[in-house]
Amino acid sequence: MSIRIEPVTARYLHVDLDGRDHRMFVEEAGNPGGVPVLCLHTAGADTRQFRGLINDDEVLRTCRVIAFDLPYHGKSSPPAGWQEGAYRLTAAGYASTVMAMIGALELHRPIVMGCSIGGRLVLYLAADHADRIGGVIGLQSGGHVDPYYDTDYLNRPDVHGGLACAGVVSGLIGPDSPDQDRWETLWHYMQGGPGVFKGDLHFYKVDGDVRDRLAAVDTSRCPVFLLTGEYDYSCSPDDTRQVADAIPGSSMTIMTGLGHFPMSEDYASFREYLRPTLTAAVKAREQLLEEARR
Amino acid sequence: MSELDLIERVNALRKADDRLVAQGRLVRAKMLIEAGDQAAVVTIVDGTVTAIANANELVMPAWTFALRASEEEWAQFWEPAPRPGHHDLFALLRRKQLRIEGDIHPFMSNLFYFKALLALPRVV
Repeated sequence: MSIRIEPVTARYLHVDLDGRDHRMFVEEAGNPGGVPVLCLHTAGADTRQFRGLINDDEVLRTCRVIAFDLPYHGKSSPPAGWQEGAYRLTAAGYASTVMAMIGALELHRPIVMGCSIGGRLVLYLAADHADRIGGVIGLQSGGHVDPYYDTDYLNRPDVHGGLACAGVVSGLIGPDSPDQDRWETLWHYMQGGPGVFKGDLHFYKVDGDVRDRLAAVDTSRCPVFLLTGEYDYSCSPDDTRQVADAIPGSSMTIMTGLGHFPMSEDYASFREYLRPTLTAAVKAREQLLEEARR
Repeated sequence: MSELDLIERVNALRKADDRLVAQGRLVRAKMLIEAGDQAAVVTIVDGTVTAIANANELVMPAWTFALRASEEEWAQFWEPAPRPGHHDLFALLRRKQLRIEGDIHPFMSNLFYFKALLALPRVV
């Protein structure tokens, strides 16, 4: 029998969000004194999407990789009283949650890397919180997506929500992704709570149109790196190109063969894009900190 | 102009294996597949395709829900390795090249089944 224990530490952290206590799941690995890299999962999923990165020895030598589950997701509980209303993620609420977690974890100007809704959110952070972060990596970052299917089917009593959510996103995974990782990625969606994916899409498709904020992003204060998989039709390469065009100084790479969940669907392929990007992001952050010290 | 023979291609839907049929065991529906001027009505009973009719030869075609796209879109969707944007029904939806109409409940509540079923013509 072979036993392997991953170098990951997980904790629960209590933080006040919007006047209510939240029990938040946080996991991390890597060099405790290294560059903090805070990871934001996609809509309707959780930190397990970063299982490849949080076990990547090469990254962990220099970085401290941290990921947390948003409230209602993974092992983070919904707040007391959640049963009284519908869950809906907003741009303001999402940004304040991430900034509260940066504060609670005492992260000094972390590189924030988010995917999909997280890839959108990091653009808000770059525009509004450049002084508290050390750069952003947007995975599958787009400025806005108009609805293209009826999201009511994601949460109704006569449809299995887990199968509906996973069924909707299944085509977003690159066709050559390893089966094990494709189906683990879909499993996360199958495990989401009722209405959570749909509630996240409120940010993605309704409340979180970031296009007007992109002019406020200054890459000399907050470097921006964009990585997008070519098989993603939710946040397509064209969507990311529009973001890159609106942010002078940003860097953009389209990833061959990958889809909407690069870190989860095929980490071995994704890391070939991520490692050089992370190296560049760490270097850019060092320059920022150096300038701040002068 | 593509030379898609819709009825011939859709015949591949009869090749659902036991696992796929089991996945669709609650599906009872008539699905209209429209490809430009061509259209087929696919009858599904308990996950098994029991009949495929040329809708243009029916005097009063009846169906539960319809998937409508151009011949060219279906031809690209059914290539053995479709290009990005042509590889999933929802990719066609996002590009506004597919319309899904009618009582979509059977479709939306059995997405894995219908996505796998409609991908079968790729291996013809």
